Amino acid sequence: MGIFTFGKEWAVGETELQLKDGSKVAVIGGGPAGSFFSYFLIEMAERAGLEINVEIFEPRDFSCPAPAGCNMCGGIISETLVQNLAAEGINLPSSIVQRGIESYILHMDVGSVRIEPPIQEKRIGSVYRGIGPRDIKERKWGSFDLHIEQLAADRGAKVTRGRVDRVTMENGRPSVAIKGGEPQIVDLLVVAVGVNSPTLKLFEELDIGYKPPKTTKAFIREYFLGEKVIAEELGASMHVFLLNIPRLEFAAIIPKGDYASVCLLGEAIDTKLVDEFLSSPQVKNCMPDSWSPEPRSCQCSPKISVEGAIHPYADRLVFVGDCGVTRLYKDGIGAAYRTAKACATTAVFEGISSTDFEQHYWPLCRAIRQDNAIGKATFSATRVVQALKFARRALLNMTAKEQKDPDRSKDMSHVLWDMFTGSAPYKDIFVRALHPRFISRLGWELLASALPHRRQDHLH
Amino acid sequence: MGKGALGKVYQPGEVITRQGDVGDCMFVIQEGQIQVSIEQDGVVTPLRVAGEGEFVGEMAIFDRCVRSATLQALDEVRVLTIDKKNFLKRIHEDPSLAFRIVQTMSRRVRELGGELVRLKQEVGAGDSGGRAPGNQDH
Repeated sequence: MGIFTFGKEWAVGETELQLKDGSKVAVIGGGPAGSFFSYFLIEMAERAGLEINVEIFEPRDFSCPAPAGCNMCGGIISETLVQNLAAEGINLPSSIVQRGIESYILHMDVGSVRIEPPIQEKRIGSVYRGIGPRDIKERKWGSFDLHIEQLAADRGAKVTRGRVDRVTMENGRPSVAIKGGEPQIVDLLVVAVGVNSPTLKLFEELDIGYKPPKTTKAFIREYFLGEKVIAEELGASMHVFLLNIPRLEFAAIIPKGDYASVCLLGEAIDTKLVDEFLSSPQVKNCMPDSWSPEPRSCQCSPKISVEGAIHPYADRLVFVGDCGVTRLYKDGIGAAYRTAKACATTAVFEGISSTDFEQHYWPLCRAIRQDNAIGKATFSATRVVQALKFARRALLNMTAKEQKDPDRSKDMSHVLWDMFTGSAPYKDIFVRALHPRFISRLGWELLASALPHRRQDHLH
Repeated sequence: MGKGALGKVYQPGEVITRQGDVGDCMFVIQEGQIQVSIEQDGVVTPLRVAGEGEFVGEMAIFDRCVRSATLQALDEVRVLTIDKKNFLKRIHEDPSLAFRIVQTMSRRVRELGGELVRLKQEVGAGDSGGRAPGNQDH
């Protein structure tokens, strides 16, 4: 005779790998992945009539200035995530959103063009994961990570400040201990740390088949400009750059409240590449006249995931967010939300065995991985555009014509908008770029830009 | 409203969406209040006031009818728009994303049920012949 437990029939004696009333769940990492997981786990358990004890272990205090409270990230909340969270009843207050982004400006050596969103509304937010850079003068805005951690705490999760330094399996159950603390055995262990965390090494020794994601290094630097100067010079626009600088794949200047964040993605980013980018006329044009690359407020070179983890689950153990699978280059916080929620849904409604995670959690991770493969191809195409001046000119002209004419279909604008904002899956962007109208218009612009008498550089 | 305020700001009295318009989105109120009203035979009937955190216009996500009510800013109001097409796509990936909207609709059906009973009782009490409201001729 079986026992019916949340849509799944179990034979007697096989209900061990299920969460029950009073189950203990430990979450390592109180960033967005860990906090979203805790929030949704408790919410869904309540819907299912279960009382579960959730404890988040987080060494950082997000209310401290960098690096003590920072999770090292560009700090963009995509419009998809803003809308999803609003539908979940999680509205981001203006006390943590430093600036609402209403447009993107693409800068190239052949000119610049402003790309307006599909609807005139600020639906992208720039935030600081912690409270702000090292030399923060006035705490006008709160930390995004602290806000999400607090949401989880308000739901009932216990937050313990401390770094987990011991993880073992005791009779098939995970045991965790923070530095100087007693080990505690839990029913489910959720790992939600970033790829920069030393905690990840603990799991390579557990013999569960887990291999951390492959990484590359990004570069983030903060400049204090003041609220007024940011509003005047950068506005409510994210500035993105397609410059012909070797090894540079993507560069952006993100306006925050008092600061501007410079973010670079590419291969082996070093001081030479950073200096070449910051001294380019395109960067100087969008920064204030008095600005120079030095002095800076703070900077970091965090590792970012470029290929998901291998086997990020086992019985009673699962990895979410960056240490599992995340999106390539964009919308990491959105991926943390999606994987955390899918994992929480699996744990409450399906079970906590390796098979449960494989059947109900892994498909989302696999879909993100597959989409990242398309993303890599898309970024390769961008590199071709970066390297060829006539292609850059064609891209600029096609976009500028679309932005000027309200009746013209926004083929290139939508492709670029989704590429820069991370709002849509790479597959959608790729499919849109295969549309015959897109191809024919781009083909025409490429032809026109390659003709000597049509070559003109513009500022749109 | 601050630099970091997400959504779009409407001034007092400004119409956000009008009854009869084609709806391709819903709204989540971030700050301020919205008057929901219905116009019939030239008479505008205020239905309710929606406040911070509430969904409005959510029926457009699930049906293909025109807007059933007019939404108007009562004070300076900030509203976040959720696009129908993209949202439905995301619900397909994660059906529980619709949970709160279903909860909201469920609450409103309850409220409407209560309102219907109240109105029927009022009509019944005002009917001198004591006939049941459903048996009236008009």
